[in-house]
Amino acid sequence: MVTTPAPGVARAAGRAVPGRNRPSHDMPGFDLAKIREDFPILTRQINGRPMAYLDSANTSQKPRQVLDVMREHYERHNANVARAVHTLGTEATQAYDAARAKVAAFIAASRPDEVVFTKNASEAINLVAYAFSNATTGGGALSGAPSHAMDDRFRLGPGDEVVISEMEHHSNIVPWQLLCERTGATLRWFGLTDEGRIDWSQLDDLVNERTKIVSYVLVSNILGTVNPTKALVERARQVGALVMLDCSQAVPHMPVDVAELDVDFICFTGHKMCGPTGIGVLWGRHELLRAMPPFLGGGSMIETVTMQKSTFAAPPEKFEAGTPPIAQAVGLGAAVDYLSSVEMEAIRWHEKLLTAYALDALETVPGLRIIGPRVPIGRSGTISFVMDGIHPHDVGQVLDAEGVEVRVGHHCARPTCLRYGVPATTRASFYLYNTTEEVDALAQGLERVRKVFA
Amino acid sequence: MQLDTLYQEIILDHYKRPKGRGLREPYDAEAHHVNPTCGDEITLRVRLDGGADPRVVDVSYEGMGCSISQAAASVLHELLRDKSLAEALTVHDAYTEMIGSRGQGQPDGELLEDAVAFAGVSKYPGRVKCALLPWMAFKDAVARAAD
Repeated sequence: MVTTPAPGVARAAGRAVPGRNRPSHDMPGFDLAKIREDFPILTRQINGRPMAYLDSANTSQKPRQVLDVMREHYERHNANVARAVHTLGTEATQAYDAARAKVAAFIAASRPDEVVFTKNASEAINLVAYAFSNATTGGGALSGAPSHAMDDRFRLGPGDEVVISEMEHHSNIVPWQLLCERTGATLRWFGLTDEGRIDWSQLDDLVNERTKIVSYVLVSNILGTVNPTKALVERARQVGALVMLDCSQAVPHMPVDVAELDVDFICFTGHKMCGPTGIGVLWGRHELLRAMPPFLGGGSMIETVTMQKSTFAAPPEKFEAGTPPIAQAVGLGAAVDYLSSVEMEAIRWHEKLLTAYALDALETVPGLRIIGPRVPIGRSGTISFVMDGIHPHDVGQVLDAEGVEVRVGHHCARPTCLRYGVPATTRASFYLYNTTEEVDALAQGLERVRKVFA
Repeated sequence: MQLDTLYQEIILDHYKRPKGRGLREPYDAEAHHVNPTCGDEITLRVRLDGGADPRVVDVSYEGMGCSISQAAASVLHELLRDKSLAEALTVHDAYTEMIGSRGQGQPDGELLEDAVAFAGVSKYPGRVKCALLPWMAFKDAVARAAD
């Protein structure tokens, strides 16, 4: 179950040990003990045990560097953005704009104004779904720039199709279901293989001349699968469909380069990548963002307003109605700085080794079944599993008594649970600060689970 | 927190060997309740004898969920079946009050019998919904039966 180790990786008890070894020059790494010192919360005790926080796919912990920047913003620079002429307003606006530029650089966007701040990834997906809806019903298009009014790429109706997959988070299902209900378009989806991968054998059938957009997850929040994109993007280009990737579980854990992915939209959320809650990101090709009608109306998103009608600002402002989450954006900028200083490639490698170690350890637990890929290839450090005759709620409760914090339930991906015939799973998920000792604590905790419910 | 205040022997026993499980005919009303945060589900049927002071002739159920929600259904079956509806609702009130007590309640052991084992659940806010799931389905089914 363990991948072939790269040169320089030491092994203990037959398993790769991440974080312990200073890696060689061809394998990026970091000092795990130092990283852990950056996260004050990691010193907590839970029920008298050292806490093992294995729930970063749910939300990540925040390093001091992010907390400090947010505190300083509120203590020194707090003001509203894009409207004040005073010094504080200028500082806050500069900080907000700088955060946008940092996020843009982090995902290799060609320009900062391709980054739209939202409150989370769900809002980003809804923004795109409502662009279709509004383009179809005329909302926003009538008073928008006439040359882009009613852009056909965003017009949906009966006979048109939207394509998703069976491993989506509810946030990448429900907005499209609602869109299809509003417009009469048809929602279709890729099924999954028993191994926890998207079944691509239906690609040419599912993505066809009727397809207007394909939206799917780059890294699954429940299965941990890392999905390929090349063939899908190629097919979508052939038939003229747009492609959106939900990168909520990808951007925090691996280098994501929108130019390389060559898609049309991606979205992700700040709180899973060491940033605060309340800030998410929609990245879109600038030309598309210009063509799209607005989503939410209000202050800051307009050009001129009369009592009869309004015209709209250029993107990204067109999509940022009202006072934005300023401190949260600044915090996300700090999170991006932090992750960049550690290096995303190093984080990916750390999690890969930890995942291999964990898959190995979990395979030895009697009655445990992994839901999702069982090999550390094409998968992330998010591992879902079920235990014979023991409900995930009970697993999670006993693990908590041991200080091990995991998520239980359907992980907002109920259709995926149904596909694999389980009502819910227990999910352990790793990040840059997790250790093999914490994986050991998980394995030991599962022993206690088995004893309590024997 | 002490795990065995939550996982009392009585609860684990009802979970492993549930009483009265399975959906039975005839019945007067059925309720299907889900806990949307975890996906636990229960379908519960009640049969009343239809007198002026009706009795709960049967409570049958089928569901999937954690030990707490499934044991709560089993205990409910044992406790409320063969009681007058008025008595059953008194027990129901005492049970829901205990579960909502955040560990502060003084449950009436004579009234609640095996169900007092769930007193510990009230200290775990994340599990309160589990303990209430079948009991809320019961109340719903009874209300429908009365319509």
